[in-house]
Parts: sequence; structure tokens; C-alpha cells
Amino acid sequence: MTDILNAFSHITSLLVIPGLAYASQLAFGALGVTLIFGVLRFSNFAHAEGMSLATMFCILITVWLQGASVSIAPLPTALIAMFLAIPLVALVFIGTDRALYKHFRAINAKPEVFMIVSAGIMLISNGVIRVVIGPEGQSFADGERFILTAREFREWTGLTEALVLKTSQLLSIVLALIAGGLLFWFLNRTQMGRSMRAYSDNRNLALLSGVDPNKIVWVTWILVAVLSVMGGVLFGLDKGYRPFVFQQMLLPMFAAAVVGGLGSPVGAVVGSMVVAFSELLLTFAWKKFLAYLLPTGLAPESLMQILATEYKFAISFLILVIVLLIKPTGLFGRATK
Amino acid sequence: MNIRPGVLYAAMAVLLLLVGFIQSWQLALTIINLCLISSIMSLGVNLQWGVAGMFNVGTMGSAAVGGLAVVLISASPVPEAWDAGGMGVLFSGCMLVLTIALALWVSKLMDGHRMKLWLIVMILLVGLTLTRMVFLPATAAIESVDAASTGYLGGLGLPVALSWLAGGLFAALVAWPVGRLVSGLRSDYLAVATFGISEIILAVLRNEEWVARGVKNVTRLPRPVPFEAELQAVEWAQNLAVWSGLPIREMASILVKLAYAGWFLGVLLIIYCLLQRLQRAPWGRMMRAIRDDEEAARAMGKDVGRRHLQAFVIGSAIVGIGGAMLVTLDSQFTVTGYQPLRFTFLIWLMVIIGGSGNHRGAIFGSFLIWFLWVQAETFGHSLAWAVGVLLTPENAISVALQEGAAQLRYVVMGSILVLVMRFAPRGLIPEEQKEFTLDKR
Repeated sequence: MTDILNAFSHITSLLVIPGLAYASQLAFGALGVTLIFGVLRFSNFAHAEGMSLATMFCILITVWLQGASVSIAPLPTALIAMFLAIPLVALVFIGTDRALYKHFRAINAKPEVFMIVSAGIMLISNGVIRVVIGPEGQSFADGERFILTAREFREWTGLTEALVLKTSQLLSIVLALIAGGLLFWFLNRTQMGRSMRAYSDNRNLALLSGVDPNKIVWVTWILVAVLSVMGGVLFGLDKGYRPFVFQQMLLPMFAAAVVGGLGSPVGAVVGSMVVAFSELLLTFAWKKFLAYLLPTGLAPESLMQILATEYKFAISFLILVIVLLIKPTGLFGRATK
Repeated sequence: MNIRPGVLYAAMAVLLLLVGFIQSWQLALTIINLCLISSIMSLGVNLQWGVAGMFNVGTMGSAAVGGLAVVLISASPVPEAWDAGGMGVLFSGCMLVLTIALALWVSKLMDGHRMKLWLIVMILLVGLTLTRMVFLPATAAIESVDAASTGYLGGLGLPVALSWLAGGLFAALVAWPVGRLVSGLRSDYLAVATFGISEIILAVLRNEEWVARGVKNVTRLPRPVPFEAELQAVEWAQNLAVWSGLPIREMASILVKLAYAGWFLGVLLIIYCLLQRLQRAPWGRMMRAIRDDEEAARAMGKDVGRRHLQAFVIGSAIVGIGGAMLVTLDSQFTVTGYQPLRFTFLIWLMVIIGGSGNHRGAIFGSFLIWFLWVQAETFGHSLAWAVGVLLTPENAISVALQEGAAQLRYVVMGSILVLVMRFAPRGLIPEEQKEFTLDKR
């Protein structure tokens, strides 16, 4: 019995909780990608840098708040900073839209043009981040690091395998649930959200029905700013902020959005789950888990890892290819031409 | 006659000469060599994007595969590693091929059957597990052979110039199945898919150390030109140094760089001439027709998928040749050096600023962008200095600029890309559109 409990605790601590936390962080990014694709009709290559930029703002504000000894311990100060960073990031996003994307919408440019421009914005943001905060990692997490530490859990239950829960993990999951709930409420229940969905479904029909396209674009960028700040900060709190780690998130984010069907918010959430858990399941070392469950003689000697950890990002791409081959519209996408 | 290209090229030449006179001739030649290599890569991208209209953002992958070819062709072989695990790797390769062939055969045989999918999954699972059981010990054995200096299979020890051709061939071989997979996709999906494939190629190169030592890098690859030290001992080089008044060490380095430039220029001219011929040939006209109106081309009976695949493979091969030449110039294969910013987006920028669809433009773009890429740092330093004088050297902004001077190049490059797209979307040397002569009747 203890063996089964140990196996259960081991797998929850190292697979289920990190998986859920990672999926939540990924969902913030994938929702942003999918919203931009749905409303503005292009794949935004600058999205990862946008998240990095948003996190950078948040870190600067956090440092300033810490200097002014504002604190909401045991929660990290970054949570207050988040609310201050959102308007700033929204301004940056709307600013770039007015300066660039607006023009290309007006001349009805091809989607490739939008992608190239977004790559340009990616380069600019990358440079700005390097100049402002430098390429090194930054630590901005404060407050209580753990909700449940290994020692506490062992003393409490008497199991050898500890179930550890970090504050950043719980925050990611809870905030993702709240933000996701609010987003779906907004998209399905409010007038603005309905117009947005109508606009992304059929642009001409929505325009005919008197939807104001400028307003829709503004609201989209504001939503994307909120998602970027939250996703970036939670990812940074959990894994530590390094400016260019977000670039490696670009592929999983795209994969999650494509798996769910580009343009579909529900799809983005499900896609993030699929990508996050495939990455973890395939690179998880099953040795200990099996050792607890199997009879002593049968315990495996190797790590029982299906793929080396270095191939994590390859997995998200493999999923992407399989989906593109079998069902290019994704799980929740509608058939377009 | 349009004089714009001539003026732009002349201005570029003046800029490079100025670098030679003001900074140093070595720097000027270093810049020129990389400009030449970048030109070749951007010709490949231009064929895919400018001529065929395919949005491939996996350029980095082709360049890396081309670079790998240099290692596999020209590095000296490691017989101990072959003894340790060569057979095992070859055997597991055969097993992999057999597994895939079996799966394909079953998929054909059982077409429409209910259990088809499950059977194929079973075959793949069993086949891959068995392959792994041979593959992992074999590669572990290879990687443990003198891990500090070799630990990989080595190459064939053939002349290095041959590896440039091989680089193109390798890149084409990789591009062909990839192209089969992606060439029918819509541009958004095509972009995401090619971007992902290039990242995976790099992930494999980083982690499979038995191929090319992974992140431990392969250094001291052979080169097609003599070493500087050898030249210093040669009499005519010494005479040249005396005549020009330069120290012999500098002279030797300049001569080596000139020799490289000669090689690169030769390859560039060959590829350029071939591409120009293609451009004027019916094939080029057909590609432009497909790019400009896919539906119409389809209606005229053109096989759009096949043409796209052709352009994709040829373009990747050209990028592969460029990648191989770059590795030869550095005489080392550094996996960590392959970053999408440098090897995908920068090359794209060169094509777009020069003028997509126009090979002269792509070459000019490469020269201009690489020049700016190198000089942006100099510019950043002067900017930091100017700000320091205007405000105070201790001011936070000037400190950030001083430290980030080298990083400013990303801002410069991104701004150029965005501005060109906004104000001159057809580039500095726009494509001549012979097909549209309505206004000259």
C-alpha cells in the first residue's frame, strides 16, 4: 500500500503538478497567438518576445516596488506589478499596431507580409530587451517559495516520496483558471466579445452588421497584453526569467494553438494541455514509478525514459506535424478554404 | 536603362573601401567574405520566396545541414570509433528503414481496414524499441572513444572544396522529404512547420554527439587555402609586404582572406549565372506566374505542388552550399552558433531589403545588411559616447547604451525591416516586371 502511495506521490509531484503549471503558462501564450490569428489573421512571430518584454516591464516595476518596500508576502510582489504592467504593455502593443499593422490592414496585405513585419518587431523587441535588462537571467521571485515542502510532507504522511508544491505552480494553475474563465465569459456573454467572434468568423458580414473594426482590434491587443503579462510573469516566477527562454516557448505555443485549431480559444487551452503533457510524459524518467509498482525482481535498471530531455521541443513539433497531416484544421478549428 | 542598381552597388563599394582606409583592410575583407557567403544564402531564400512565393522560415536548418556536410566529408575519420560502434549505428539504421518500409507496406496492403491504424502503431512501436536497443549502446560506445578530442565517427577525409557540393546535396536531401510534407500547406502553417523543422535539426545536432560532437564542436577542419604561418615564410609574400609597407603578419592574413574571397566569389558567380538563366527560362516565368496567381496557374494546368517542391529543394540546396562555405571559413563547426535570428531572419531581411524576386537585389541586400550588422556596434559605441557627452557618463541611459552597444544591432535590423516593408515593400532594387508592359504600348 505504501508503495502505491509513494508511486502516486512521486508522479503527482514530478509529473502532474509541473505539467498542469506548464500547460497553464503555455495556455496564456497560445491564447494570445490564437486571438491574434483569429482577429488579425496572421501568425505573430513576435509573440514570444512580446511576453518577454511584458515580463521585463513587470520585473522593473517589481524591483521598484521592492525598493519602496511594498509587499504582499507570502505572495510574490510581482503579482501587484502585473496590474501596473498591463496598461504599459497594452500601450506598446496598440502603439505598434497603429504604427504598422494598421497600414497593412488598410492595403489588404497578404498574411506573409504581416508575418515578416512581426519578425521585424521581434528583432526590435529582442534588441530593446538586451539593451534595457541585459541578456543575463534575473530573479524577481520573493515571498514564500513553497506551499508544501518536501520535509513537511514527509513528516506529515511518513511517505518516502515527497509531494512538493511550489507557490508559482499553484499560482499558475489558479490564475489560469480565473483568467480563462473570465476570457470565455467575455467572448461568449458580452456584446464586445460576440462582435469579436463575429469579426473573426466572417469579417465582411460583421462589418455589414455595424461592428467597429478599430474597436475590435484595440480590444484584441488589450486582451493579448493581459495574457502576455500574466503568462510571462508566471513562467518567469516558475522557471526563472531569462530574456531568451521565451523564444524557445514560441514553438510549443504555436504547436498548442495549431493543435487546437488556429483561431479557436478553447482549442488553444486543450492544445496547451496536449503539448505540455506529451512533452512531460515522453521525457519523464519512469524508473522510480515502475520500481514502486512492480515486484522487486522486475524493477527496471535504465531510466525508462522514452526520449532524452533535450528533445522536449522536438515533441511539440512532432505533434504539430501529425496534426497538420491528419487534421490540418486542428481539434476545434473550422474548415477554411 | 535603370541606373539605380549600378549606383547602389558603387555606393556599397565605396563604403567597403572606406572601411579599408579608415578602419583596416583585414576588417574590410572579413566583411566582404561574409557578405559573399550571405549573398549565396539569400539567393537560395530569394528563389523560394521571391521567385516561388514560399514562406520558408527554416533557412537555419539548411545552413546547419550544409555545415554538417563539411564535417562529414572533410574531417579525418576516427577508426577507433568506427570499430566501437560503427556497425551498430549502421545496423540500427537498416532496422529503422525496415520498420518504416514495413509500416508503409502494411498501410498500402490494409487500405480501408478497421485495424490498420493500430497495426501500424504496433509495428512502429516494436520496430523503434528494437532499433533503440541496438542504437543506444552503439552511440554510447562511439561517444566514449577519446571523448575529449574525438568521440564521434569523424568524416571521410576528402578535400574540403568537395564538401561545398556535398553541403548542397545534403541540404537538398533533407529538404526533399520536408518539402513533400509541407509544400501544400497554407503560408501560416508552412511558416510554423519550417520554423519547427529547423529547430529540430538543430536539436538533433546538439544532442547526437556521435554525429558531429554536439555542443563540443568540431574544430580545425581543413581549409582550401594555405595557413597564414606558411605564407609568412614564402618569398613573394615577404616582397609584397615590403612593397606595401605592411607588416608581414598582416600581409599574410590579408592574402589568406583574399584567397577565400576568390573562392567565394567564384561560387557566387556560378550560382548567380545559373539562377539568372533559370529566371529567363520558361521555368522562371512559370514560377512567377504561380507566385502571382496560383489559381490561374493551376487552371492553366501547372502542377503547383511539384513546382513549389522544386523551388524548395533547390533553394535549400543553395543555402546549404552557403552554410558549408561558412563552416569552411571558420574552419570549425559550432552548433550553438546557429540561431534563428542570425541564420533565418537576417537572411530574410537581406532578401527583402534588396528586392524580393530579383537576384541582383538579393546580393546587394546581403552586402548592405551584413555591413550594417557589423558596423552597428561601432555606431552603438559612438551613440553611447554622444549620449554620455550630452547627459553625463554616469547617467543610467548612457550606461545602458555603453553596455548594450553591441545589442543595438537587433534594434537597427528590425527597424530597417519594418521601415522597408512599410515604405518600400518592393525593396531597394525592385524586380523588373517584364510581363506587365501595358503602359508602354
